[in-house]
Amino acid sequence: MQKFEKLTGLVVPIDRSNVDTDAIIPKQFLKSIHRTGFGPNLFDAWRYLDHGEPGMDNSKRPLNADFVLNDERYQGAQILIARTNFGCGSSREHAVWALQDYGIRAVVAPSFADIFYNNCFKNGMLPVVLEENDMDQLFKEAEATPGYSLDVDLSAQTVMTPGDDVFRFNVDGFRKQCLLDGLDDIGLTLQHRQHIEAYEQRRRSEAPWLFR
Amino acid sequence: MIAKTLYDKVWDAHVVRSDPDGTTLLYIDRHLVHEVTSPQAFEGLRLANRRPWRIDAALAVADHNVPTTDRSQGIDDPVSRIQVEALDSNCQEYGITVFDMHDLRQGIVHVIGPEQGATLPGMTVVCGDSHTTTHGAFGALAFGIGTSEVEHVLATQCLIQKKSGNMRIMVDNQVGVGVTGKDIVLAVIGEIGMAGGTGHTLEFAGDAIRALSMEGRMTVCNMSIEAGARAGLIAVDDKTIDYVRGRPFAPKGRLWEQAVQAWQDLKSDDDAVFDRTVHFDATTIKPQVTWGTSPEMVVPIDGRVPDPEKEDDAIKREGMQRALEYMGLQPGKALEDIPLDKVFIGSCTNARIEDLRAAANVIRGHKVAASLKQAMVVPGSGLVKQQAESEGLDKIFREAGFEWREPGCSMCLAMNADRLESGERCASTSNRNFEGRQGQGGRTHLVSPAMAAAAAIAGHFVDVREWD
Repeated sequence: MQKFEKLTGLVVPIDRSNVDTDAIIPKQFLKSIHRTGFGPNLFDAWRYLDHGEPGMDNSKRPLNADFVLNDERYQGAQILIARTNFGCGSSREHAVWALQDYGIRAVVAPSFADIFYNNCFKNGMLPVVLEENDMDQLFKEAEATPGYSLDVDLSAQTVMTPGDDVFRFNVDGFRKQCLLDGLDDIGLTLQHRQHIEAYEQRRRSEAPWLFR
Repeated sequence: MIAKTLYDKVWDAHVVRSDPDGTTLLYIDRHLVHEVTSPQAFEGLRLANRRPWRIDAALAVADHNVPTTDRSQGIDDPVSRIQVEALDSNCQEYGITVFDMHDLRQGIVHVIGPEQGATLPGMTVVCGDSHTTTHGAFGALAFGIGTSEVEHVLATQCLIQKKSGNMRIMVDNQVGVGVTGKDIVLAVIGEIGMAGGTGHTLEFAGDAIRALSMEGRMTVCNMSIEAGARAGLIAVDDKTIDYVRGRPFAPKGRLWEQAVQAWQDLKSDDDAVFDRTVHFDATTIKPQVTWGTSPEMVVPIDGRVPDPEKEDDAIKREGMQRALEYMGLQPGKALEDIPLDKVFIGSCTNARIEDLRAAANVIRGHKVAASLKQAMVVPGSGLVKQQAESEGLDKIFREAGFEWREPGCSMCLAMNADRLESGERCASTSNRNFEGRQGQGGRTHLVSPAMAAAAAIAGHFVDVREWD
């Protein structure tokens, strides 16, 4: 997995709450059997004026000029800021793959939906939870300041603004270490092979109907 | 002994090991697999040269992409076909049981798990699908996972988890006639909000929940995720055990007796402590209809589309305004005055036999309104379809002007050919009314099967409690 340590990145603000994974990557693109190539269809229904389908030449499609991702000043953004409950709805990890394929490495919001939050950590993407008041400041500054970027430091668990305001965030210790080291958690779990086997042996006698 | 909630009990029984900070290796008893969220997981296994830990714990079915029309010629859409074929070949390669789309047992993964007895009380059940919460109706700890976690479960039979909080939803007293599990859960989400359960596992309890059939309980647990909850649970009782008895994957003989004995304990202890409890009075719950683009945007059938100007919170207000614009609705409009283009009865929320019976009861002897472009019924599984046909329900639907389709997810998420066109308005028994969910630009109103059926006949929403 790709490591996440520090990132200084251009910010794109999506000033909405409850951004669901259907919006992040619409269902028609989930038919792919690969993990890559979703970036051009990130926020497809908001980003383009026509109806997108897999296999289209996205460079020829009409863009929705009102959508922030199409604004010249946000091109190359690596940090997405949003409102509450980002990533709600479907469990599709394609949502994270699409953000990542587009170039986003961190999402900052007041809250996230559980499954999306989980999925981020499996892909080297950092979801950062900040207070709503702090988010208000980031939105104001990002919208007022072309080229607005943030410094995200996972080790220190901080987000720093260009004006040197520093916001601390919480992150689970195990997940933090996995991101910092780029660890494959299947490999980590398999180090506990004997524990799993011992558990199974015990369960086979306690609850034999669970094993066929 | 420390009093435990149902969630505590199922969780504790599945802890393989845990760290002092609560990071836990949780054992997974049942892994349901479908075609959309698994191909990259199988690919990951292959690339790392790993084998599935325990193939008998997995059960696979194609449901999202499958056509609901005649399947004998296969799938037209080549991209969908490749994905469905990938599931079949991956399962074949690793020896995992798969119901292909020509199998009578094929259907929506959350319908077939319980139907086959593959979902048992007290199990941990996962699937790369958020509506896995459905299986909590059996006192199973069931939740959706991403594709990386699908791979993790395939490779290790475990997940790395932290325990969530305990939240109890008490639905006291009894609902009135015409009010269903769907209305209960929509009313709950309307109250606590679409993030109201975030970080928690819900336990639905109270007389109104006990009175629900297993189908109704599955509907309630199914939509736990729409409140942001990790999972939703309901305690085991005789109804649970009667439902499971005799199903193909359920234990038999002495094992069955032993299992039933163990399942008696699958309820929260009387003095168990919940982090949060929210009470509802079932007698006040009316048939519900969503008006907006999230399940929390819901009002009773005798209500009106709300006015964003009356919302104090600026972000919420903007969200409401955006939803109204997308939905093409004006504040103050009576729900009963909203005309419809399509009606969809189906999905993992409401496509079980009881749902079809409830809809057929309303429809019997009526015709679909001439103003409707389409009304369709998509049974949850081949076996549900067969059962419905043996009861003559298909005839009732067909004679009324409904299309009677083959099982699958269909227009709940419109990954196959079944979808809304831009601007079309649909009464749907599914679970999500997000923008574009049923087709780009499509407008979804979530309702119960009986409400959808009545709306199909009237051409607009009507209060099913006043249906003749």
